[in-house]
Amino acid sequence: MTTQPLKTAVPAPRRPRLRLPVGRAGLWLLVGLACFLSVIPFYLMFVWATLPSAEVFSVPPKFWFSDQLVGNFQKMMDATGGLALRHFWNSLYIAIMATLTTLFFCSLAGFAFAMYDFRGKRFLFGFILLTMLIPPLVMDIPSFLVMNNFLQWVGEPRALWVPGMANAFGIFLMRQYIGSALPRQLVEAARIDGATEFGIYWRVVLPLIRPILATLGVVTFVGSWNNFKGALIMKLSDGPIMTLPLSLRKITGGATNINVDWGANLMMVVLTVLPLLILFLLASRQVISGLTSGAVKD
Amino acid sequence: MSYRAPLARPAESRRWSYTRFQQRLAPYVFTSPFFILFAIFGLFPLLFSLFLAFHLWNPLDGLGNWKFVGFENFQLALDARDQFWVALKHTVWIGLLAGVPQHLVALPLAFVIHQFLRRWQGAISTVLFLPYITSAVAITIVFGMLYSERLGLLNYVLGLVGLDPVRWLAQPELVPYSVATVVFWRYVGWNVILYLSGLQAISEDVYEAATVDGASAWQKFRFITLPLLRPMMFYAFTLTIVGNMQLFEEPFILTGQGGGSGGAALTSAMHIFNTGFRDLDMGYASAMSWLLFLAIFVLSMVNNYLFSRDGGRS
Repeated sequence: MTTQPLKTAVPAPRRPRLRLPVGRAGLWLLVGLACFLSVIPFYLMFVWATLPSAEVFSVPPKFWFSDQLVGNFQKMMDATGGLALRHFWNSLYIAIMATLTTLFFCSLAGFAFAMYDFRGKRFLFGFILLTMLIPPLVMDIPSFLVMNNFLQWVGEPRALWVPGMANAFGIFLMRQYIGSALPRQLVEAARIDGATEFGIYWRVVLPLIRPILATLGVVTFVGSWNNFKGALIMKLSDGPIMTLPLSLRKITGGATNINVDWGANLMMVVLTVLPLLILFLLASRQVISGLTSGAVKD
Repeated sequence: MSYRAPLARPAESRRWSYTRFQQRLAPYVFTSPFFILFAIFGLFPLLFSLFLAFHLWNPLDGLGNWKFVGFENFQLALDARDQFWVALKHTVWIGLLAGVPQHLVALPLAFVIHQFLRRWQGAISTVLFLPYITSAVAITIVFGMLYSERLGLLNYVLGLVGLDPVRWLAQPELVPYSVATVVFWRYVGWNVILYLSGLQAISEDVYEAATVDGASAWQKFRFITLPLLRPMMFYAFTLTIVGNMQLFEEPFILTGQGGGSGGAALTSAMHIFNTGFRDLDMGYASAMSWLLFLAIFVLSMVNNYLFSRDGGRS
């Protein structure tokens, strides 16, 4: 880089001025278009879920709500043999178990890696990070075989949530947060007050790391709720034990089959998406900032 | 600290103390769940899969009834006529179609939002992040409706401007684009978020200094933003490569288990799934999953090399 002699009396720099060919209106148009394209499929699914089935694929298409919400709900129940809500519950149960156990085990391990010095700490943490390099796909076949031939867990909900209870991503996220947000003196102080080590974690650390618990909680819940391939592989694909994504695929019979009841299908699409939307909108700020906080550091 | 402490301590530390014992032990106990679970659901399956890759085995025959075939499974997959290559080609092609535009759109978008619309950043991020957080299956079904040949919204819009309907999910050369669009739509916001957080880490002073030196918006982007964003770009590229190489849900839902007409959307993940769980050829499927692992590893290394070639330190 070339250096130029410094001019004296440099005026105090202000915020960078707008110097773009499009101007502010153009920027808003660009960003507005991106936002529009992001939400339009959601809007359409909600609108179409309220249409009479015959009008879902009408020409010209309908873009406003109608009055068939309840009727479509009934059709969805019929199409699944009355099991739609049972499938909803199956997914909910698995997602809740996955979330609670993941939060517990990952924060506990993250606490240990952030707040203790112990022999082998660097090696153990490095090993955990290393396991992140294994593509999940390589695990599909062997984990089915372990579940099928050794544990006999195939067809059981726990096949979906037990293996991921303590995972590398969660431990990494927790260690980063606890290490940077909580001072070690906190642990010392609690010890002097006579707390046990687990007591320190449970009563001192856990209440202080709520933000990152919210992040990991939402991410885990969403991941588990959407776990289509896992449920397919573990054969949660029959009658009452089905999870919601499998049930949805079953009643739609693929994405382009127009000879099924699309009112019922869309109702189930909404049932699948709505809990995630609500959960995310409640915690979106936290999720977004939490997810990216440890992305590049370390 | 109280001056009495040193008097009390030596006597205490010589004796066995439950307090000290559990302090020593605690970190090992707290981190052990990961290692126990990994041993059962990670390490053992991995080794088992490696073992199977050299065997011919149908899981219905039960444990022990496998036949050693050496490298035969790998040779079969590496034969140029094998479906493995076809699927890998589809995977890379769809991955490029979805991945390259993701970053070409996300980076400028993040720059614009960060630089000029900062007050709205939170709200915009939330909206752009929505596609990432929602169910792949549900949203893919909605896209399938939009793609529908006779009655879908896309062809309706084409009809309005006088164009013939397009067979989005039936023409083998178009299907990769249709699948890639869904993937692009789901992940572009995620990349915007990554780049936004990378941009926030760049000090405002650098830009101010550049402004004083008379740099234009483009020069600032080219000579400040891009170089300082390298670590985040590396991270985002890596996630895209690793994710796109394992693409499963979107093509599976859009085109069915076989990848649609001509199998144009049959990805490696789908092919391995079909081989293992439909054809019950677990050895061959295991071998292919290791080859795919190798492919992902090589691509990640290429990415790593491209980013560390010059200014890896910057």
